[in-house]
Amino acid sequence: MSESTLLLDHGSGGMASNRLIGDLFFKHFGNPILNEMNDAALLDITGPITMSTDSYTVDPIFFPGGNIGTLAVHGTVNDVAMLGAKPRYLSCGFIIEEGLKMSTLEKIVIEMAQAAKEADVLIVTGDTKVVPRGCVDKIFINTTGVGELILPEATSGAHAKPGDAVLVSGTMGDHGLTVLSNREGLNFATDVQSDSAPLNHIIEALINEIGDIHVLRDPTRGGLATTLNEIAGQSKVTIKLIENQVPVRESVRNGCSFLGLDPFYLANEGKLICILPQEKAEAALTLMRTMKYGEEAVQVGTVLDPENSPGKAGQVVLETPLGGHRLLNMLEGEQLPRIC
Amino acid sequence: MNVSDSFKDPELCKKLLEQLHNELDAPLRFMEVCGTHTVAIFQSGLRQLLPKEIVHLSGPGCPVCVTHESEVAAFLDLAEKDDVIIATFGDLMRVPGPKGRNLKLAKAEGARIEIVYSPLDALKLAQNNPNDTVVFLGVGFETTAPTIAASIMMAKQQNIANFKVLSFHKLVPPALKVLLDDPECAVDAFLLPGHVSTILGMEPYHFVAERYNTPGVITGFDPVDILESLLIMVEQRKKGKASIVNQYKRAVSDSGNARAREIMFSVFDVAEAQWRGVGTIPDSGLVFNDEYAEFDALKALNITLTEVPQTPGCKCGEVLKGKMQPNDCPLFAKACTPAKPVGPCMVSTEGSCAAYFKYQVTA
Ligand code: SF4
Repeated sequence: MSESTLLLDHGSGGMASNRLIGDLFFKHFGNPILNEMNDAALLDITGPITMSTDSYTVDPIFFPGGNIGTLAVHGTVNDVAMLGAKPRYLSCGFIIEEGLKMSTLEKIVIEMAQAAKEADVLIVTGDTKVVPRGCVDKIFINTTGVGELILPEATSGAHAKPGDAVLVSGTMGDHGLTVLSNREGLNFATDVQSDSAPLNHIIEALINEIGDIHVLRDPTRGGLATTLNEIAGQSKVTIKLIENQVPVRESVRNGCSFLGLDPFYLANEGKLICILPQEKAEAALTLMRTMKYGEEAVQVGTVLDPENSPGKAGQVVLETPLGGHRLLNMLEGEQLPRIC
Repeated sequence: MNVSDSFKDPELCKKLLEQLHNELDAPLRFMEVCGTHTVAIFQSGLRQLLPKEIVHLSGPGCPVCVTHESEVAAFLDLAEKDDVIIATFGDLMRVPGPKGRNLKLAKAEGARIEIVYSPLDALKLAQNNPNDTVVFLGVGFETTAPTIAASIMMAKQQNIANFKVLSFHKLVPPALKVLLDDPECAVDAFLLPGHVSTILGMEPYHFVAERYNTPGVITGFDPVDILESLLIMVEQRKKGKASIVNQYKRAVSDSGNARAREIMFSVFDVAEAQWRGVGTIPDSGLVFNDEYAEFDALKALNITLTEVPQTPGCKCGEVLKGKMQPNDCPLFAKACTPAKPVGPCMVSTEGSCAAYFKYQVTA
């Protein structure tokens, strides 16, 4: 790009916008569907399809392990895939604060393009708005994704059954703690990085090679605890989580204890929860562990019949290392660091 | 196994629990002075494994919970002022003030409030906003007061005149004295706060054993710490001879942190303070001394604490004094929940009502 700073002109629809679109977005996102440059993208897709949209407003926009753009790709790709689908296409809308450096936007766009390539999805339509200083914080990105269902019946949070195993694809809390600890004003060192990653390849493999998958969810905002509570509620079961089987990196654990946070409630952007019959658990774990982003997959709990468990329907019960049980509730509001 | 893991070791816990069951020959009512201990006991699942004869009471050791109604009202008044940026630790954001208002709401409505993780960040905020006054909300015990004092010293050295602190600090030992003097307070032994003691050491607690013949154990937050401490208490009660024991030697030196105390007392003088639900306690707060008076937000911004009516029905005072279990408060889990807290004990991460609500023991 010849210009070095984003101006309101770049969102005007005139020459400056055209240059931005041509020199930046088409250059990096280009594919036959996008390159048609029509008002809408013509998609070659067969139903049933899954669709998801999300807006990304993360602060800081760059963090170890990713940036707002890669997050926007991974987040939506994963949401589309979680119903048992193969994500195919993404739309992408940018709302940019005037004054953002063009090189910053370009870095985001280049990494988004790489993320889309890795996830094997095409960015087929998009939009850019530049707004006056102060109207947004640097850059917001919205992505919408569509995918083709590859399961005969979509997975659902309502399909967990007593006797099922609860698996996770890796460590909990990496993304949430990374973003928090990189926020301005928080100066404690940690080597932790975001786990932001596309999970659709793992999902495809699970569906094709293991089958009989009841629930797939990515524990993003609200973390593992909140997501399991949602599932327990939807399925009217009790979920028992074994505390010391839930993988948490040492650095995340230490960071959390410093800030008074609970890693079970921190967001993940590259982890999935898979619930399936206990007989299939070992095979699913073995498969996940052979795949990128699934190396640390483990079983963390089981689904119980509320009649026959330490909890009620809709509750998540945590078994502590001492053998005691306690409730693992949904989080009320956001987690806020404590005083002492 | 590293050192910190060994204090969580389930096998060792099992042995200690067995020992506790064997040794215990009379009921034991102990108080966790510090909210973090309450949370630790729930979080580890210890509560349901302890002998039923052990009753644990929560104490006044959650800094958010003991912040007086009039002090919370002052935060909210401050939030209304133009040219003021409030810098605060996160846990104060949701504390209910008069008419159910809180800082979170004030921020959503436009007040300038920044969550910081250290008072030094607040100092930076003041440097970056020279046309505004940055007020740091100084809530906390001996644990946080020294770093806040250090930031004030730094502000003086660097001439950062737009940095102010609202000092509503509280000191723990005087509150213990109030409890011990209260004939209704039936505490057999104290689990003394680990964090506060890193600064204080053992000395300020000796009166608990000497004058009131009540055992006190300074302890950490892992299950082994808590079980060992309970055993020490049981043993002392059996012998009928109380003393203060430092079980948490890996973090707390017997003499505490003299340098931190020195910093704290070069900026602040001891004065009486108002505790929510407990009342006015002599020598239990910290006010600016003359040398640093220019950083006192109370004076600089002309803040006067006004009488605020107590929240009707809230039993925080009874809970903080260990006279009532949180779930015996008539509002608990009914009118008062983490989503709609009536008292601060239901919002703070260290609040005992919040802990009882969050970790409702099953099985
Ligand atoms: S339950 Fe609510 S109203 Fe009752 S003591 Fe606790 S905080 Fe106060």
